[in-house]
Amino acid sequence: MQQLLDAPIIDVRGAVKQYGAGDASIFALDGVDLQVHRGEYVAIMGPSGSGKSTLMNIIGALDNMTTGKYFLDGIEIDTLDENALALVRGRKIGFIFQSFNLIPRTTALANVELPLAYQGIKGKERRERALAALNVVGLGDRISHEPTELSGGQQQRVAVARALSTRPALLLADEPTGALDSKSTHDLLDLFDQINAAGRTVVVITHEDDVAARAKRIVRMRDGKIISDTSHKKVSA
Amino acid sequence: MSIFEIIRFALRGLNSNKLRTSLTTLGIAIGVSSVIILLAFGNGSSKAVQAGIEKLGTNTITIQSNRGGFGGGRASASRAASSKPLTVADAVALSSPINAPDVKQAAPVAGANVTCSAGTNSSTPGTFNGTWPSWFEASNTSVTKGSYFTNEDVTQGRRVAVIGQTVATELFPTGTPIGQVMRCSGIPFTIIGVTEKKGSNGFQDGDSLVVAPLTAVQRSITGYNNLQSIVVEAKSAKVQDLAQTEINTIMDAQHKIKNTNNRDYRTLNQASLLQTTSSSNSVFTALLGMVAGISLLVGGIGITNIMLVTVVERTREIGIRKAIGAPKRAIMTQFLIEATILSLVGGLIGVVGGFIGSHFKIYGVQPIIIPGSVFLAFGVSILIGIFFGGYPASRAASLRPIEALRYE
Repeated sequence: MQQLLDAPIIDVRGAVKQYGAGDASIFALDGVDLQVHRGEYVAIMGPSGSGKSTLMNIIGALDNMTTGKYFLDGIEIDTLDENALALVRGRKIGFIFQSFNLIPRTTALANVELPLAYQGIKGKERRERALAALNVVGLGDRISHEPTELSGGQQQRVAVARALSTRPALLLADEPTGALDSKSTHDLLDLFDQINAAGRTVVVITHEDDVAARAKRIVRMRDGKIISDTSHKKVSA
Repeated sequence: MSIFEIIRFALRGLNSNKLRTSLTTLGIAIGVSSVIILLAFGNGSSKAVQAGIEKLGTNTITIQSNRGGFGGGRASASRAASSKPLTVADAVALSSPINAPDVKQAAPVAGANVTCSAGTNSSTPGTFNGTWPSWFEASNTSVTKGSYFTNEDVTQGRRVAVIGQTVATELFPTGTPIGQVMRCSGIPFTIIGVTEKKGSNGFQDGDSLVVAPLTAVQRSITGYNNLQSIVVEAKSAKVQDLAQTEINTIMDAQHKIKNTNNRDYRTLNQASLLQTTSSSNSVFTALLGMVAGISLLVGGIGITNIMLVTVVERTREIGIRKAIGAPKRAIMTQFLIEATILSLVGGLIGVVGGFIGSHFKIYGVQPIIIPGSVFLAFGVSILIGIFFGGYPASRAASLRPIEALRYE
């Protein structure tokens, strides 16, 4: 039991992602090894083109790699078929994107209910879980607003609620503050702290130092390789 | 995930893109209804012309002289050098039940171009016939007011006449013409009947008509030598060809024709006229069908265009759905249901519109719906809608989520 808990939730070994072939080929990932354990709060940093987004897409089972192995919560992802991948995305991972990626012209509540619906959760339970998630992000009074009626910060919080609604093992955020002002950024990062404090694993891709500063572990990337991996005790007030 | 849930998603998807939904539906509806209405119009006009020709009598065969003078021209006159005019004896021979078992009756017709007058009013009938009473049945003409003239009127040579409604209104704008006297080429005729309204058959006014006993007309106007035609009625439309053969045999004998390519008479068969017009009408309908098909195609291109324009947005949406755990099957089913609902609703509106539109007369023609066109238009529109709605969606659903999310 202890061993199972200690098993890394993310276990990437020798990940290579190659675009193109021959002389024109580019290695977006050039042999990356990364283990993230349950309850960690990791920031993956690096300039654009460093491969951090590619790594995040692979971790999130949104993209496949050229060579390498990837275990998510003990499941080997590269061997899964289309349907099993959909299940993994739905149950194991909660996504947060830079551009929010809410379904347009659909209410906040319906957006949050969507991943639950794809898992076959019905009626009252689905509604309650979606409402609970919206309350966690502080949008309990905006449930029937459509994305265009919400501010950027509010839209991103709907996206967080959507990611949380399925109680995923891993919360995966790709430049979550990239389109937000500093106040919304601050609120969102507080939310991440809160989520991590509740025991959920959080992985954030960012190029902003103040965002990364909230994490307990910072992984720096350059040219498709990890160049540093430092853990630090969070400086708590 | 249950199918009802997916249907709800599809309905929500349609509801949240109202403009796209209504434009697509409209495109399909217009395509479908125009196919139905145009083909119904073609069908209706063809039926109308057929009905007009049938009014002339489908069992009727008209024999005309091929010698000089009436319609023959000089060339045929010299060709048929030993030609004889049509005579009453020919008509009597054609009425023989032994030699012509498939002929019901034959009526000789003496015609002339005359002007008739009554008081200060005058009328020039398109048809002025001296004939036998059997002519009425053979030519499918009935008298609605007054009476027919009789065989006795013919033998006595009485100057009585039956007139068409056009002549009646021209000569007697007020009051009844029955019992009145009109003068045709100065000869007085007592009007004893008015025929049923026939309308125009597209070539001439069927009601511009005066019919009088043959003997009276021959005696006072045309003389005895030249019959204009002999109208023969076959026993039914089916035996018309047999009747035609019998007529040729009798007439060849009567006129001593040796070379059947060089007859001094010719026969006009209403059935063959009907065939000619109905084949030209089917060409007309086919032409309208092509126009309708093009409008369906244009409608289809419109649908495709709308579907393709929204595909960027839809592909991103599919990417999002996949990222949050939607199985490919659920996505494809949803989009296929959306496309099916769009095409079904559009198609049904089009069918209803087609039925409503076909109720109105277009240029006096009552469109008659061809049932096959309804199914064809409906089926094609649904296929177009499902294919062009479903295909880009299924392609997008097969992408990796990251490709769908980045789709521009």
